[in-house]
Amino acid sequence: MSAVASPTLRGGPAAPLSILASAAVALGGAALALALLGGGRGSVDLFFWAVVLAFWLGAWRLTSGIAALSPKGAAARRMADLAVPVLFGLTCIVLWELVVRGLDVPIVLLPSPSQIAARIAASTGILWADFRQTYLKAVLAGWALGCGLGFLAGVAVDRSPFLKRGLLPVGNLVSALPVIGIAPIMVMWFGFDWPSKAAVVVVMTFFPMLVNTVAGLEAAGAMERDLMRTYAASPSQTLLKLKLPAAMPFLFNALKINSTLALIGAIVAEFFGTPIVGMGFRISAEIGRLNTDMVWAEIAVAALAGSLSYGLLALLERAATFWHPSTRAGRA
Amino acid sequence: MTLSAPIAEPGAGIGYRARPSLRSRIAGGRAGPVLVVLVAVLVLWYAGAVLLNWPTESARLARGNPEVSPAEILTATLSAQRPVLPAPHQIAVEIWNTTVKVSPTAPRSLVYHAGVTLGPTLLGFALGTLLGVALAVGIIHSRTLDKSLMPWVITSQTIPILAIAPMVIVVLNSVGISGLVPKAIISTYLSFFPVTVGMVKGLRSPDAMHLDLMRTYNASGRQTLAKLRAPASLPFLFASMKVAVAAALVGAIVGELPTGAQAGLGARLLAGSYYGQTIQIWSALVAASAMAGVLVWLVGLAETTARRRAGARA
Repeated sequence: MSAVASPTLRGGPAAPLSILASAAVALGGAALALALLGGGRGSVDLFFWAVVLAFWLGAWRLTSGIAALSPKGAAARRMADLAVPVLFGLTCIVLWELVVRGLDVPIVLLPSPSQIAARIAASTGILWADFRQTYLKAVLAGWALGCGLGFLAGVAVDRSPFLKRGLLPVGNLVSALPVIGIAPIMVMWFGFDWPSKAAVVVVMTFFPMLVNTVAGLEAAGAMERDLMRTYAASPSQTLLKLKLPAAMPFLFNALKINSTLALIGAIVAEFFGTPIVGMGFRISAEIGRLNTDMVWAEIAVAALAGSLSYGLLALLERAATFWHPSTRAGRA
Repeated sequence: MTLSAPIAEPGAGIGYRARPSLRSRIAGGRAGPVLVVLVAVLVLWYAGAVLLNWPTESARLARGNPEVSPAEILTATLSAQRPVLPAPHQIAVEIWNTTVKVSPTAPRSLVYHAGVTLGPTLLGFALGTLLGVALAVGIIHSRTLDKSLMPWVITSQTIPILAIAPMVIVVLNSVGISGLVPKAIISTYLSFFPVTVGMVKGLRSPDAMHLDLMRTYNASGRQTLAKLRAPASLPFLFASMKVAVAAALVGAIVGELPTGAQAGLGARLLAGSYYGQTIQIWSALVAASAMAGVLVWLVGLAETTARRRAGARA
């Protein structure tokens, strides 16, 4: 039965017990398997794989057990909702570690999480320099400029229904194009350093922002607009007091989409030529030397930066659009 | 990159009086405004080409002849060998020369390069769509998968997946897999997330009322899926497929960058940037854009056909 329609399982007195049991199995399995791995090559035998399987089953039972719980309090429910994906992620990482080390997969193919973590710890200096070059300079500058220009263009276009009808289809079309291909041109125009990457990011983020701004400014209801007219509000007053607040969900949607696009644009643009620093440069240079653990380290940093900026924007959105039904529903 | 924001209906003409003059009829449709915008883009492009090419071309001409007239420089800016910004007609001529005038199998032909990129795009798109739909069906039917996997699918949208592309290519190359498959894997990877997210939304879109009706019929989970959820999810499927096919093309193009591939639109971009052949870069870009447009249009066409056969009105 579907998750939506079926009545949720009640966590009876038996449920916590079985959850505890599977947690014990999972923890014990992981510890035993890691200990076996420490014993050298000869210790990876059928017993080791049986332990890995036991760990997996225990972790799965644990995850589904917690997922089936439906606690009473709001705080407890939020804890359970957070615990399930975290447990799932941890399970995947431990399985990755065990399988890679158990099968003795060469580091070129797939490094284990512990190797990646060791590499991150050992090269924080390089990672920070790359992060500063790519994220703090190219991504932030390009993202701010692209979103700002897109927003201003959207506000300007909003005054003219003619331009709106002309620009929206074009903007939607551009959103589907492989805009990333302008990277070599921008490198030619603006040189190897970060301004060329920022320029790619500006072009990539401009159109989503424009389209969403125009759509957002139309989102205010006819009734509210008529009300503003009965107040004899000027266009700028209508914009500030009615249309902009109503457009906030759309604007934040574009900001969030663009935060991902910006990181992708800056990294891929660096494949076309950079000074010898930057996340995209490091990825393409280290993969040439088959240092996959360094590549994974950069990807981990990029993933962290992407998720954190997305999360930050989501938090800002909650604060700015507290009145919107979708936010209110999320809080209930 | 789900563009999930609804695009407001153009010309929601609240407060405008109906006045069917010729001007308003032109302005009221969509073709007129779009045409005006496109012409404006073209004019701006020409102006940009003149402005950007002026310094290099005037310096080049002044070397041979100190009293060069502005008119000569003007024509030179629009027909430079290696312009900073090529004029649109130069790109058009280049595209014509590399598509119609050479045989489609020659290494100079843009058709050949587009074909090399199209293969992995389509394969990756097909695999990604299948994978995305399968995953969405799993998520719908398992509370554990829903609660554990779905947050990760959403998180994965916030990370720059494309950064993995060079590694996939090089690592697969080192174990002897090269050519179409590694690029298709990147395309699959890029295109399956939008389909998963869209289909989960789509398969959950039927009313509670309709789901209750299925329950009173004692329909099994599979019957509910086939007869209610799947038809209801069609619009979501096609909307996310449009995003996915564009993402698959980007994946295939980026997949050609790290290994210095010899063929494909991405390889044309890279070769053009190495040798400063701006016209070649722009023509590859235009070809890629045209391909993206055609692919999205084809998905739209499939949507109309499928929805008509499913009995949707108009």
